[in-house]
Amino acid sequence: MTKVSITVDGVLHESEVEPRTLLVHYLREQVGKVGTVVGCDTSSCGACTILLDGRSAKSCSVLAVQADGSSVTTIEGLAGDEWHPVQAAFKECHGLQCGYCTPGMVMSAVDLLSENPNPSEAEIREGLEGNLCRCTGYHNIVKSVALAAETMKGGK
Amino acid sequence: MTELAEHVAAVGRPLKRKEDARLLTGKTQWTDNIQLAGALHMAILRSPMGHAKITKLDVSGALKYPGVEAAYGADELGDLNGSVPCVWPVTDDMVAPDFPALAKGEVRHMGDCVALVLAGTAAQAADALEGIVVEYSALPAVIDMEEAIKDGSPLVHSDKGTNKCYTYKLQPQGDGAYEAAKAKADVVVKRRFVNQRLIPAFMEPRAVVASPMGTSGELTIWSATQVPHVLRVLLALVTGVSENKLRVVAPDVGGGFGGKLQCYREEILCVALANKLGRPIKWNETRSEDMMATHHGRDQLQDIEIAATKDGKLLGLKVDLIANMGAYLQIITPGIPLLGMFMYPAIYKMDAYDFSCIGVFTNTTPTDAYRGAGRPEATYAIERIMDELAHELGMEPMELRKKNWIKHEEFPYTTAAGLTYDSGNYEAATDKAMALFKYDELRAEQVKRRASGDKVQLGIGISTFTEMCGLAPSRTLGALKYVAGGWEHCTIRVLPTGKVELVTGTSPHGQGHETAWSQIASDTLGIPVDDIEVIHGDTRTSPYGMDTYGSRSLAVGGQAILRAGEKVVEKARLIAAHQLECSANDLEFDNGVFRVKGDPSKEKAIQAVAFEAFSAHDLPDGLEPTLQAESTVDPQDFSYPHGTHLCAMEVDTETGKSTIRSYVCVDDIGIQINPLIVEGQVHGGLAQGIAQALYEGAVYDSDGQLLTASFADYLVPSAPDLPSFVTDHTITPSTTNPLGTKGVGEAGAIASTPAVINAIVDALRPYGVNDVPMPALPMTVWRTLNAARQGGK
Repeated sequence: MTKVSITVDGVLHESEVEPRTLLVHYLREQVGKVGTVVGCDTSSCGACTILLDGRSAKSCSVLAVQADGSSVTTIEGLAGDEWHPVQAAFKECHGLQCGYCTPGMVMSAVDLLSENPNPSEAEIREGLEGNLCRCTGYHNIVKSVALAAETMKGGK
Repeated sequence: MTELAEHVAAVGRPLKRKEDARLLTGKTQWTDNIQLAGALHMAILRSPMGHAKITKLDVSGALKYPGVEAAYGADELGDLNGSVPCVWPVTDDMVAPDFPALAKGEVRHMGDCVALVLAGTAAQAADALEGIVVEYSALPAVIDMEEAIKDGSPLVHSDKGTNKCYTYKLQPQGDGAYEAAKAKADVVVKRRFVNQRLIPAFMEPRAVVASPMGTSGELTIWSATQVPHVLRVLLALVTGVSENKLRVVAPDVGGGFGGKLQCYREEILCVALANKLGRPIKWNETRSEDMMATHHGRDQLQDIEIAATKDGKLLGLKVDLIANMGAYLQIITPGIPLLGMFMYPAIYKMDAYDFSCIGVFTNTTPTDAYRGAGRPEATYAIERIMDELAHELGMEPMELRKKNWIKHEEFPYTTAAGLTYDSGNYEAATDKAMALFKYDELRAEQVKRRASGDKVQLGIGISTFTEMCGLAPSRTLGALKYVAGGWEHCTIRVLPTGKVELVTGTSPHGQGHETAWSQIASDTLGIPVDDIEVIHGDTRTSPYGMDTYGSRSLAVGGQAILRAGEKVVEKARLIAAHQLECSANDLEFDNGVFRVKGDPSKEKAIQAVAFEAFSAHDLPDGLEPTLQAESTVDPQDFSYPHGTHLCAMEVDTETGKSTIRSYVCVDDIGIQINPLIVEGQVHGGLAQGIAQALYEGAVYDSDGQLLTASFADYLVPSAPDLPSFVTDHTITPSTTNPLGTKGVGEAGAIASTPAVINAIVDALRPYGVNDVPMPALPMTVWRTLNAARQGGK
């Protein structure tokens, strides 16, 4: 077992982990952050996407020990007093159906907008390439991210 | 009493979904989130072979691994090794092999369950699979359906002596009617279409927790299922646990698309072991397990022949299917082609229809329902061959369709397949779609590009589809030998504070029932949407239901909501009349308030009536306290959504790459309850139908190795692979249900596949291309184009 110190959604956790433990399993099983989910075993679907020191990462492709000393934001820690504009836009534009891909999709969109606050439709689609959704056909997800970009430009 | 908000008409408004708050903040209740004290995690050893004898199986080595409490093969499991049920024996002589949860001596597809381990954690259980000793002796596998029905083929089930599961025929006009129609034809076009195998690939992998709960020997089963009610009945029958001791809960479920309409091996094992051991048993699958052990969809060989006069009048249609059952039958495996059987004549008038289907066993994962279930296959074949016929006749493909479709004034219309379509307006949907698409402009551009020899050619694909929704009238299901009914249930309770509990037997997994059902009840009761709580997916709280599949939840379940709400209002009216001292007939009910006709100052809100029904101090003599009602509705008939889908495709003749330039669809699903949700359902359906055309296909090698057993190999499209869509609608209410609704869940998936392939073929027609296999990946298109260039002209 290896000792790690990881800040998750603003709270410092000091834990013992098996060296092979994936960050996503650490988050779900040791920290109880079950809002972050597992959708595949090939790093293809992006359902487990979180922010690792502010940048999006697939938490199934990071070992917990690699996150030692880092700060992780999950979907559960994204909202402050109000929802993040990306969350609000997904609701407004019906950018989710079953909701299983949603935590990862939202976190990827947050990172996409921090990198490119004014993306074109093509840039949104390319930016979300690592996240699979089986319900929406992406149409309303793309609209959601575009709306969030507009909202965030307005200083909200 | 609480302050009561005023009711505003809800049906037809694009209300934002109630479900979203928990889904967007990570507070969702997935089955895999459930952690119970003392739980044992199950891991399954699966066959790596397509077909083999198990010559040795020793699970004892697994017991030496840390945390392992038990390990089982079929021998150790004994009587607990239940068999997966099939509830649709389509013919009296159908071959139905045993499908034990753990294989008994022989594995018949890659992913077949061989042994299992129970351990303290999922990782420990997975590790301990390494300790199981298993030896296989390979048997010849049969993958190809046509090979499987040849004499001398290797047999999937040697004890059955055949790979044929059943032969089914439908000749509504009698034997020989099609041949007579064909004899009058000037043109006969025959094609073989391959409707390839697909994997549902819902995003939430399957998961099950089965646990003893309470004090009465009750077992609670949480499962990522579409069908908690159906599952309870089947688990009781299979495991022998008394049905009234089983509680099945479908918590938040992350997509299904038919793939979670099942009673799976793993569900049977979890229940049997939890019951035996008195411990919670938990299992959740890896994606690779999902790809090989969740049932697959489609996989039909379609021989289709259409006969017409030289001026384009259809005379007859003949369809001969070979349908892949896979290695075993699951819940409705054999019935899937029959759901398509009725839809081949589609929206067209013709004199004769002749259908046959041979169901075939192969060493592949069992097939079953996948979004559309039989109807996408039918729509693909008829809409493809309509384009081929138009080409043979030298007619514009839309003109051929217009010449033959049922006109709006001809409804109700009984088709050559024997279904009576209640309503539709194909002209209106088509006119609207063609205008949005700028059909004539695109045709003109196509002519120019062809003339200039542009390396990127433009193709226009049409699909004027219909489908049958609202499964189903119970008597019809009985006539088709399906063992259950097709009704749906709803209970509505108006609580003393005026808040409402709506209990539905439908079981959503992404469709937004909590919002849409609230809208229906809100207008019926005159109570605001936000005061209505929709309760679903738990057989203790919603004991009756037939669950969610086949675009049935609104078309059937909506009727039960409406009727239960009307019954509540009827009872409330008696109480209001009594207290307002008038006759019930003298009361008007509007926006949740009863008023005396001619004296509107005398009024009583339904919420106030609910409190009176609760206190019961002053009820009419003989009337029971509480304000609640239930309704179980058996639909009188199917409903038939339709639409016109148009795809403009640019095909690069040098690389074979196909790029959708625009996709327009105008769907007519009758009355819409929530247009926002409707649009989302259409988008998602389109994506899955387009994915069949362009990207997806489950591939086996000749030994039965599934080559597409992960998301790295099976091409579920991501955002850059798809375009934005132009969606619109016409509204022709269904006449078979009082809400006038038809069903929308499967429409996009059914309609879009032929529109896409027709567009590619249309683009390449000048080069002599008359068909393109699915999925039309660039390499496939390029090869098809080159073969046509070399072979034809």
